[in-house]
Amino acid sequence: MSIKADELAKIAVLARLKVDPEHLQSLTQDLDQILHFVEQMNQQNTQSIEPLGNPLEQHQRLRTDCVTEPNQREALQSVCNTTEKGLYLVPKVIE
Amino acid sequence: MQWEVVIGLEVHVQLATQSKIFSGASIAFGAEPNTQACAVDLAMPGMLPVFNEEALNMAIKFGLAIDANINKVSVFDRKNYFYPDLPKGYQISQLDYPTVEKGHLDITLEDGSSKRINVTRAHLEEDAGKSLHEDFHGQTGIDLNRAGTPLLEIVSEPELRSAKEAVAYLKKLHSIVTYLGISDGDMSQGSMRCDCNVSLRPFGQQEFGTRTEIKNVNSFRFVEKAINCEIERQMDILEDGGRIIQETRLYNPDKDETRSMRSKEHANDYRYFPDPDLLPVVIQDETIERIRQSLPELPEAKKSRFVSDYGLTDYDAGILASTRAQADYFETVAKRCDDAKLAANWIMGELSKWLNQENLEIQQSPVTAQQLGDLILRVKDNTLSGKLGKTVFESLWQREGEVDAIIEKKGLKQVTDSSAIEAMIDEVLNANAAQVEQYRAAEPEKQAKMLGFFVGQAMKASRGKANPQQVNEALTRKLNG
Repeated sequence: MSIKADELAKIAVLARLKVDPEHLQSLTQDLDQILHFVEQMNQQNTQSIEPLGNPLEQHQRLRTDCVTEPNQREALQSVCNTTEKGLYLVPKVIE
Repeated sequence: MQWEVVIGLEVHVQLATQSKIFSGASIAFGAEPNTQACAVDLAMPGMLPVFNEEALNMAIKFGLAIDANINKVSVFDRKNYFYPDLPKGYQISQLDYPTVEKGHLDITLEDGSSKRINVTRAHLEEDAGKSLHEDFHGQTGIDLNRAGTPLLEIVSEPELRSAKEAVAYLKKLHSIVTYLGISDGDMSQGSMRCDCNVSLRPFGQQEFGTRTEIKNVNSFRFVEKAINCEIERQMDILEDGGRIIQETRLYNPDKDETRSMRSKEHANDYRYFPDPDLLPVVIQDETIERIRQSLPELPEAKKSRFVSDYGLTDYDAGILASTRAQADYFETVAKRCDDAKLAANWIMGELSKWLNQENLEIQQSPVTAQQLGDLILRVKDNTLSGKLGKTVFESLWQREGEVDAIIEKKGLKQVTDSSAIEAMIDEVLNANAAQVEQYRAAEPEKQAKMLGFFVGQAMKASRGKANPQQVNEALTRKLNG
């Protein structure tokens, strides 16, 4: 598997990353090498190996279902520059 | 060309926990915007999710109810996309290792036969916030109260073959989750939302056709209508030799049509990967066993019991067992009046009529199950005729008091004293001497029709309170005697 410059540009858009056009080539090469390394790992036979969900050998702790968070809207919205009627305002998005 | 319809449903069920799936904020409906969105829900730096035990238990409950595999280890993944109502930039969901896999449920088709629908998986995930597009001077308002609400996404195999089957499946799911008490199932508040995958293929063809997905349909009726108009749209295209484009569509109930959601510049690529903030969830056998023991009686079992214990018909039992609230109501009424058949008739007749008129659910009924049971008792012991029973029902509905008090207050007690009835009938016959003459001169088959006139007069004279059966008997006897 290898990656091309235009694919990288597309992924950058999806990830909301701004990539300088002059870095596109070198970045593509770096990523290509990483993907090549992944490819090598993919070739290993992992049939008998249990999938790794997390490198820590621990299980998820569970939380009791109760409401512990009071309303802190005022404090939380104090760091936001545009709010109205309790809503956060963002540039218009319409699908 | 004969086309076969192929439908699969993805149903999002909002779980009835107290708090969110990964934070301690409340999920109560109807709060002021952003008053139930804490630092975790807002994705403030350094915040970590902690998984809600009850959400897990509810998923297990559902899995057991549909005879599915409960995975001993499940893993949360990040589904990445950018939208302002998703502050983290990803939704925590489950991709490769969902909590529930491979279950099934049986739906009843229109001809009364049963069909098994397989459930591919049910996975846990968090809901996003809400975007409000109106009235903010060209800006969008964001309410994050819903962000982090626990959802169970239930995915069916593409085994449904018509809109009607899809609705039957959805109703069955609704009935199961409400019986289990894992969701309030209130579709109008978005507690159950449905994405419908629809495609067509020539009959006999193995491969599926290209499908479209109708997003976020929120009522049984709209699911049926949305699927049917999408089937028609696809059929028109295919009949004209065209091609279906795989895309997401939205249903507009006002125009009864689906339209394409403007396709995004870049196709969605969610770049799933295991969420490093959450460890694998391990479920112990004992937990599964404990939950299995706590499962309530489910709709199918209840329906069979209603048939065997109460002697109801399959049809009546099916309707009464369709929701837990209705089934509980029925059992309370039946026990109170000790007559299941009458209880079923009153619930599916008078009560349903009033509930429908006022658009209420049975749990909101102003007439309690105890009151209806008392009312039926008074019909059974002949205190009330069926007709007077309906009058008392209406008073109960208007919250005018208890059954016996209403009967007393309004003087609705049925007259069963035969001498009183006879005296009243004599009066009626005397007042209508000419009609009596006509009756006696008429052919027997005509008499039957004419009797109705006298019954009407007698009931009117008694202001509806005379026992109709006794009136009939006495009238026939006196007219023919």
